[in-house]
Amino acid sequence: MLCQSCKKNEATTHVKRIVNGQIEEYDLCHECAKKMGYTNLFSGFENEWNSLLGSFFGGGLPSKTSATRCKSCGSSFSEIAKRGIVGCPDCYDTFYDELLPSIRKIHGNTQHNGKFPASAGKQLAIVNELESLQEQLNEAVSRQEFEKAAQLRDRINSLKGGNQNV
Amino acid sequence: MSEKWYEKAGEQGGVVVSSRIRLARNLKNYPFPNKASLEQKKEIAEKVKRALEESNSTLANSFSFIPMEDISRIQAVSLVEKHLISPEFASDRKGRYLMLSKDESISIMINEEDHIRIQVLGSGLSLNECYDTANNLDTLLDNALGFAFNNKLGYLTQCPTNLGTGMRASLMLHIPATEKNRSINRISGNLTKLGMELRGTFGEGSDAKGSLYQLSNQITLGLSEHNAIENLKNIASQLIDQEEKALKETAKSIETQDVISRSLALLKSARLMSNDEAMKLISNVRAGMFTGLIANADYAKLNRLNEQIQPATLMTAEGKELTPQQRDIKRAEILNKEFSGI
Ligand SMILES: [Zn+2]
Ligand SMILES: [Zn+2]
Repeated sequence: MLCQSCKKNEATTHVKRIVNGQIEEYDLCHECAKKMGYTNLFSGFENEWNSLLGSFFGGGLPSKTSATRCKSCGSSFSEIAKRGIVGCPDCYDTFYDELLPSIRKIHGNTQHNGKFPASAGKQLAIVNELESLQEQLNEAVSRQEFEKAAQLRDRINSLKGGNQNV
Repeated sequence: MSEKWYEKAGEQGGVVVSSRIRLARNLKNYPFPNKASLEQKKEIAEKVKRALEESNSTLANSFSFIPMEDISRIQAVSLVEKHLISPEFASDRKGRYLMLSKDESISIMINEEDHIRIQVLGSGLSLNECYDTANNLDTLLDNALGFAFNNKLGYLTQCPTNLGTGMRASLMLHIPATEKNRSINRISGNLTKLGMELRGTFGEGSDAKGSLYQLSNQITLGLSEHNAIENLKNIASQLIDQEEKALKETAKSIETQDVISRSLALLKSARLMSNDEAMKLISNVRAGMFTGLIANADYAKLNRLNEQIQPATLMTAEGKELTPQQRDIKRAEILNKEFSGI
């Protein structure tokens, strides 16, 4: 489908917005979407993902990608890549290696740092908290905020010592 | 009538209109919405509803449960105009459910792009307060439902762009002077490199209605919630500084003073008022209040009016469809009354 704005490029982004009390839908190319402020990473990422998939096939690599399906929801990797969305939480396990390059491209990172659910366990809680504190500590030191840095170091030490009352 | 969140004035209210935190969450053992059946979607909604009802948290007891198919298209669009749901959520309402707190500060979209989207809105610069509320609600729901999570990728989401914290923090900024300097494009280009986004809140990028822009984080994996919020506040404070300086400078000119005075006069006495014009005039009055040209800054009133005058919200309040001209009349009446004392 052609972009509804420039009527030249292939549309890659579907946009819904409210205009005068009505819902309007548009199909836009990457450039027009960007120009109109829909600069989410997703539109670029979809292309990225498709070309990534293309290179899998083009390179004649063994395609776990086409034969393997997620045992929980039945998605194949080519289906996921085509739609730019994932079928179920288990897909992330099944297609972890295939998804990782795109995830790194989007976020510039592949390791979560932050909150986690209760089921992920107390140990992980401490590891994550420590990482976050360490990050804040480095920041404080680089800004020469030494008082704050000292406080952070105390919290890190007490967490490492197993004392939860911080 | 209970007070809505937007009827309260917040910190930095001259430039920061509102703050928003959104968390994307999914239940284990269910496919994501694109693969879930209507039956499964209903089951998920029932579970969320029950989890809130059965928790004895004070947070939980003020919610109403709204199957989106039960409300009209106009009511749904009004919820978008008030930033409580996404356009996507309003356009296809099948299998979608909303939990909305009485003061409209908390909305939980069920089966939007993810099973659960927790959203907390607050006046002015209040990201930390919004996050605390969202965080508590998230913990409460997680204890009852168990969210999909992976030690490396964090909270698992339908779209990989939300992996990690699943958190989008945003600020709605009123930056008419920055906009006038034509520096928005340059700034937003630089922000993209920092993993943030600046775009028009209503309408599109280059001609945002009412000079309202949304600043939000784009990166969710690898950066903790705390750090993502701090980064955003950091950038926001630079934008606020820049806007304040530019606005105070332009306010010295008689031309700007004239525009602001005329805007107030029109709001007081025009008989027909389009939505675009009203938002522009309200923006000018906000600038007037901020620079002291208009006494008694009442930003909360402007925040409320920006929502109240939107087409679908007007019609929802009237309880019937109105022609564009009927809306312009009604809008003018409301504004005449609200600005009569200013
Ligand atoms: Zn185009
Ligand atoms: Zn799956």
